[in-house]
Amino acid sequence: MKVLINTIFSFILLGLASCQVEEVTTTPKAIAEGSKSITTSVKMIRLEGGKYKPFFGTDTSIVQVEPFYIDERPVTNGEFLEFVKAYPEWRRSNVKRIYADSNYLKIWESDTSLPDTISLDAPITQVSWHAAKAYASAVGKRLPLLDEWEFVAMADQNSANARDKKSYSDDIIDLYLIKNRQFNHVKQSPPNYWGIYNMFDLVWEWTDDFNSILITGDSRSGEYGDKNMFCAGGATSATDIMNYAAFMRFSMRAGLKANYTVNNLGFRCAKDYSANKN
Amino acid sequence: MKHLLLLILCISFFSCKKEEKPKEIPTDSIFQLTSTWENQHNDSLQLKDLQGKTLVVVMIYTTCKFACPILVADMKKIEKQIKPSNLKDVSMVLVSIDPKTDTPERLAEFAKTSGMEADHWVFLRSNEADTQEFANVLAMKYKKISPVDFSHSNIISIFNKEGKLIMQEEGLEIDVAKVAGEVNKLAKSS
Repeated sequence: MKVLINTIFSFILLGLASCQVEEVTTTPKAIAEGSKSITTSVKMIRLEGGKYKPFFGTDTSIVQVEPFYIDERPVTNGEFLEFVKAYPEWRRSNVKRIYADSNYLKIWESDTSLPDTISLDAPITQVSWHAAKAYASAVGKRLPLLDEWEFVAMADQNSANARDKKSYSDDIIDLYLIKNRQFNHVKQSPPNYWGIYNMFDLVWEWTDDFNSILITGDSRSGEYGDKNMFCAGGATSATDIMNYAAFMRFSMRAGLKANYTVNNLGFRCAKDYSANKN
Repeated sequence: MKHLLLLILCISFFSCKKEEKPKEIPTDSIFQLTSTWENQHNDSLQLKDLQGKTLVVVMIYTTCKFACPILVADMKKIEKQIKPSNLKDVSMVLVSIDPKTDTPERLAEFAKTSGMEADHWVFLRSNEADTQEFANVLAMKYKKISPVDFSHSNIISIFNKEGKLIMQEEGLEIDVAKVAGEVNKLAKSS
């Protein structure tokens, strides 16, 4: 009998002990420290917007781009580093997979440091759409709309709309073909007509609505009745089929998912014109 | 004496169970999203409130005359092929991509006219930014490029009880039996 009691007691103890071990492992994680708003000194360029014809869409789809501000250059490694220092949830080891895949900031040395070979003045890459959006929001901005970005992208060095120039697309394609261009510093090449740098020569860039033409269409017109978006393929087509550079960008965007992180995909921020009025 | 000891043993086991914390949500789960939603009953909720059931999710808008009615019909076909005994472990979720128009009242009205008033039908709307985020999490594309053309995507997604994406069926001819089969499998394996 005594042996039995002893055995049972030891079982109970064991049970309690295992309970305690479990408790230790489920202790709530330390509350994220250091959250604060961050600032950036990047110059923003004001564009008045205007009517523009997207590279893809129905023949008649002329889009009105409202006035907006856009960063003169992509967000840099140094700026994104400040962001993850202030927002621990966006550090490499903390980020949730639903927000960023396993390639997120992979080239970095640690959560808050970069290898010596990577310049702080080079554009940030290996960031997801969610991360880019979080950064933009942290600095009081937003990501540019696809139409805003493409509106800026129509310019070459000398004109606001260079799409009809023969060299326009070819020159961009040449830039797209350069390998490892994401490691170069920002603002080392001449700006475009608007004074905006690095639209093509360093990185591809996230846009807010990379994945959803319907949502931009809707927020613009306030209606959801665009049949073309909801009928099967063939309803819309390229309006500017000769512009292969634009086609590459649209294909790239079509292949992205919001938690993807790509070695040469970064972003810049934008802002509503009204949001900047003082 | 023996009985008493057994009783103590039982109690200690039970207390152990009680202290077990709920499983941590996987980091790739949709229950990680912090967006706030309203359902057709005007309740405010987060996606993690849907935890514990297998989810069949589609994004639609109630005024749509084109693809959405087909998607809604597909959802009903899937529902019919889910075993009645499994349905209590399933939520059929319709998320509005038109949050301005699709108020909770409108969603309730739509549920009524569409015969989707049973408890397992969940209609949700949020704000535009969080709707966009959710669409992007589902990789729901509003356009897709072939060399010269676009087509839109209609996606029905299945999430397990932890909010992990298990399966997506895309297009307007969804394999209903396949989706329902997966849902039955997931509902059973709990």
